[in-house]
Amino acid sequence: MSEQVTGAQSLIRSLEAAGTTEIFGIPGGAILPAYDPLMDSSIRHILVRHEQGAGHAAQGYAAASGRVGVCMATSGPGATNLVTPLADAHMDSVPMVAITGQVGAAQIGTDAFQEADIRGITMPITKHNFLVTDPADIPRTVAEAFYIASTGRPGPVLVDVAKSALQAMTTYSWPSELNLPGYRPVTRPHSKQIREAARLILEARRPVLYVGGGTIRAGASKELRVLAELTGMPVVTTLMARGAFPDSHPQHLGMPGMHGTVAAVAGLQKSDLIISLGARFDDRVTGNLDSFAPGARIIHADIDPAEIGKNRAVDVPIVGDCREVISDLVVALKAEADAGNTGDYEGWVVFLAGIKKTYPLGYDTPAEGLSPQYVIERLGAIAGPETIYTSGVGQHQMWAAQFIGYENPNTWINSGGLGTMGFSVPAAMGAKVGMPGSTVWAIDGDGCFQMTNQELATCTINDIPIKVAIINNESLGMVRQWQTLFYNERYSNTDLHSKRIPDFVKLADAYGCVGLACESPDDVDATINKAMEINDVPVVVDFRVHRDAMVWPMVAAGTSNDDIKYARDLAPRFEDDADLELRP
Amino acid sequence: MSTSTNTKHTLSVLVENKPGVLARIAGLFSRRSFNIDSLAVGPTEHPEISRMTIVVDVQDTPLEQVTKQLNKLVEVIKIVELDGSSSVNRELLLVKVKADAESRGQVLDAVQLFRAKVVDIAPDAVTIQAVGNADKLGDLLRVLEPFGIRELVQSGMVAIGRGSRSISERNLRPVTIPVPPAVGG
Repeated sequence: MSEQVTGAQSLIRSLEAAGTTEIFGIPGGAILPAYDPLMDSSIRHILVRHEQGAGHAAQGYAAASGRVGVCMATSGPGATNLVTPLADAHMDSVPMVAITGQVGAAQIGTDAFQEADIRGITMPITKHNFLVTDPADIPRTVAEAFYIASTGRPGPVLVDVAKSALQAMTTYSWPSELNLPGYRPVTRPHSKQIREAARLILEARRPVLYVGGGTIRAGASKELRVLAELTGMPVVTTLMARGAFPDSHPQHLGMPGMHGTVAAVAGLQKSDLIISLGARFDDRVTGNLDSFAPGARIIHADIDPAEIGKNRAVDVPIVGDCREVISDLVVALKAEADAGNTGDYEGWVVFLAGIKKTYPLGYDTPAEGLSPQYVIERLGAIAGPETIYTSGVGQHQMWAAQFIGYENPNTWINSGGLGTMGFSVPAAMGAKVGMPGSTVWAIDGDGCFQMTNQELATCTINDIPIKVAIINNESLGMVRQWQTLFYNERYSNTDLHSKRIPDFVKLADAYGCVGLACESPDDVDATINKAMEINDVPVVVDFRVHRDAMVWPMVAAGTSNDDIKYARDLAPRFEDDADLELRP
Repeated sequence: MSTSTNTKHTLSVLVENKPGVLARIAGLFSRRSFNIDSLAVGPTEHPEISRMTIVVDVQDTPLEQVTKQLNKLVEVIKIVELDGSSSVNRELLLVKVKADAESRGQVLDAVQLFRAKVVDIAPDAVTIQAVGNADKLGDLLRVLEPFGIRELVQSGMVAIGRGSRSISERNLRPVTIPVPPAVGG
């Protein structure tokens, strides 16, 4: 069943065959042949304003929907503009396929116009990448790209196609099998490791479920809840796993790490058994690694064997898909429970409940002006847990992780590993395209927003009505916070003057969005409600907040989690420590 | 953390014979700050598979990271660590040594002693080829050094396990993955 087509037609057909329904991209010289058959395709192409926007949109689309996100760009600068989203997707394990045009095969290596070795450039920041110069390879390569992107530990795959391959005649035939001798992700956990893990869980007195983004990607939230409730173990969810376990659940201690809750940080730090599920002991979670959770044994489950033992030595390694690992643990622990064997965590649970009660997340309300945390808290309360929230990177990201209140997986989309400012607006655009029935709020900072807000034009023109909350403290807030704390309040180059320039309401208006502004706590609810009522065009709200708010709690970079500060110069006191140590 | 000192490990890596594989592997070592002592690459009995012999100088824990990270590369099919006692490892050395009529006899004695070979001769120099493990070649060079080494080139180490077993016996059968049928026709 093969017929003569151009390479470009073969590419578009292959993308259709792989299930692509939306592509975010921008045409240009080398990829131009592919854009012609795209006009006749069932695929909806969304013309963005910058390739970085296309990449982050593909990420937002994938993270919200669970489907592979696809973006397309031309050679040279088009392709290099995808570098940041690819690196971001690589760090956060986002399934994504990027198609780039390359100069003609005969020109490769001659420094031709708009030539860049994008395969070489993206080798360390993609899960895999391809350069296609023979048009006959197009269908198989596309099939392999989608398979690699979406299986095992998900990640970005780049397919660079030479213009000559797009223009040449070839035969199209979708493969029925792929031959990838070096790619065999293990998804089924080893039963011996599961038994050993169950044994440690029953023996432990201070266990904690350390839940990472792998749990979200594996779609394991239901299973996680069963495991938590079966055993009564406390749960912490990392920045990448917010929403994997309901924030309202009494067993949930919150987010661990640099800006985690005192209870979640203490839960890991004083634990005698950490059950890591799709997490990677990132430095932002562990603080100083040598003093991280010194008394804890480690069960580390991950689909990527290279994560296991990378940062912290492991007692029970489990390679497998998180959903299967958790399901198997549930089966093993249920059987033990039926035989009368359950863990005794009562003292531990009481201890942590005390910490949670003594040190809740909170913030000071300023005498005058608007508190950024209050804005985000109200946004979460009004928009609710069915809404999808995206964020940029910085203070607003941490507050959004802390104060929204997540109940569902895939409703919190942010740039965790790479920390890419400007992620929010394009990611929200992609999330809205992937989940058109959901409300999507981009919680953004005034610094981040100015890096990628050109995609508002894309949103307005293509009927993608996202909502943007700019937490405008007219500065690079997180950097400013560090200058306050560690650089004697010398504010070098963090003042953005964003309450003066630009006028975000006028900017929104210029992009065909509704622009709103709010600077008083009394107007917050009314403004959010007004934004919630507008569903035909994007809405941008300029929340003009006071600039001195800081993110607390905080473990300063490189220091021990033991030195967590609940607020400035305020260390929590764990008065029950002595009692806890006495327990076996 | 481990306090053991660095030791040399020899990894045999079977890879798909595709463009860019060497760049991927070299890039991985540099990005993760792993040191390569030597690297040799060439064809195998299977035309679609190349074999790399990589000598790394690391502790045990980083070695595990090296192999795990290598295994993540889609084109890496198999990695086997060969230890010195159960494998044969060889390097090739070509060395140009000053040798005039007076000293040539002594140089040729050394060549004999190390079972090396003279592959080229000039009025004032000889070029010697030697094959062996790193120790043997080091010894040869120490003996030749007093005569004056004019030029030296050395291959990376290649290694193969002793006995009848082959590391490429298994896992080389193509792993085929069924592809979902094309969407929409």
